[in-house]
Amino acid sequence: MNINATVIIQIISFVLLIWFVNKVLWGPMSKLLEDRQKRIADGLSAAEKGKHELELAEKRAKEVLKDAKLQAQNVLSQAEKRSTEIVEDAKVKAAEEAERIKAAAQADIEQEISRAREQLRKEVAALVVSGAEKILHKEVDAKAHNEMLDALVKQI
Amino acid sequence: MSAEKPSSVEYIQHHLQNNYVGSGFWTFHLDTIIVSAMLGMLIIGVAAYVGRRLETGVPGGLQNFIESILDFVDKTVRESFPYRNPLIVPLALTIFLWVWLMNFMDLIPIDFFPYMFQLLTGNPDAYLKIVPTTDLNTTLALALVVFALVIYYNVKFKGFVGYMKVFLFHPFGKFLIPVNIVMTFIEEIAKPISLALRLFGNIFAGELVFMLIALIGGTMAVGAAALFWAPLQAILDLGWAIFHILIITLQAFIFMVLTIVYLAMAHDEAH
Repeated sequence: MNINATVIIQIISFVLLIWFVNKVLWGPMSKLLEDRQKRIADGLSAAEKGKHELELAEKRAKEVLKDAKLQAQNVLSQAEKRSTEIVEDAKVKAAEEAERIKAAAQADIEQEISRAREQLRKEVAALVVSGAEKILHKEVDAKAHNEMLDALVKQI
Repeated sequence: MSAEKPSSVEYIQHHLQNNYVGSGFWTFHLDTIIVSAMLGMLIIGVAAYVGRRLETGVPGGLQNFIESILDFVDKTVRESFPYRNPLIVPLALTIFLWVWLMNFMDLIPIDFFPYMFQLLTGNPDAYLKIVPTTDLNTTLALALVVFALVIYYNVKFKGFVGYMKVFLFHPFGKFLIPVNIVMTFIEEIAKPISLALRLFGNIFAGELVFMLIALIGGTMAVGAAALFWAPLQAILDLGWAIFHILIITLQAFIFMVLTIVYLAMAHDEAH
């Protein structure tokens, strides 16, 4: 129970033990604990980041979907417009064509009429001349009466 | 134990005697030195064993246990030691583990190791005191190391002059310098002495109670009376051992916390 040189040995043991505990136990363990803390923090931040990214991706997907829908709508309405346009166009063209054909037929008819009229006129003139010859019994000088005959023909 | 039954006084005296060599100041308590060194080696051995297969991910049983002790000590240090010093946690950890293990020797049935030792050496009177903290030399050694660190950090952070100023002007200001010197001197000296004596006193007293309980069976349990006294001894021993688990842990913890607090005070520049 009395204090003696044992205390010196115990002091040396204690100091050595502190040194050893620091080297063998606390040193590697504290490093390990720090590492683990860092790993957990990293994992948590990575999870947070992943969640954030997922949110972003979802948002982007929604936007893309919305865009696609809008585009489809556009394409649809454009196609409809185009089809009505084409139908309208075709109608107009058909009408024009009909008009054209009608006009051509009209012109043909007109031409035919005027030709017939011309022929008729000539025939009438010849008939009149031959009738007059017969009436007068004498040859009418065609040349002398040409002018008069022409005027006559025009009158018909 | 000698062949004839020892008296109660002889029994207790025998248990309070260290196994020593040398004489006068140059006496070495072999049992104290060897048991405490073995316990120190146990700490290092377990640390080395665990240290070789450290697992950063999910720790296994033993590593988990040690980690929780480390966490506990680390938290305690951080709560009462606001400075950065890489020595403090290993120091506190060493004190806690070593003192606890040395105290734990108290819980081993009191006659077990001495009896084994007597059988082993063939000397029925061989002395063996296996609780190193019931030897004042051990507790004083711990306290002196802590005291040396307190003085070292006081001088380091306050400067030599600053530390002397504490002696001169603390606690009553500059008009009572002689009183201050005496007061502060007592205050500083009281730190290691109270550290050493508190631990020693608690464990020594606990050991003594174990001895007294052991004496119930040893002296009174003769013949038919043993039917009464032996169970009583067993019950008392169990009760005191359970209570003692609390004491040894508490004393190790108190020694550690006071060490941290004293060192924190030493780091304090504006004392």
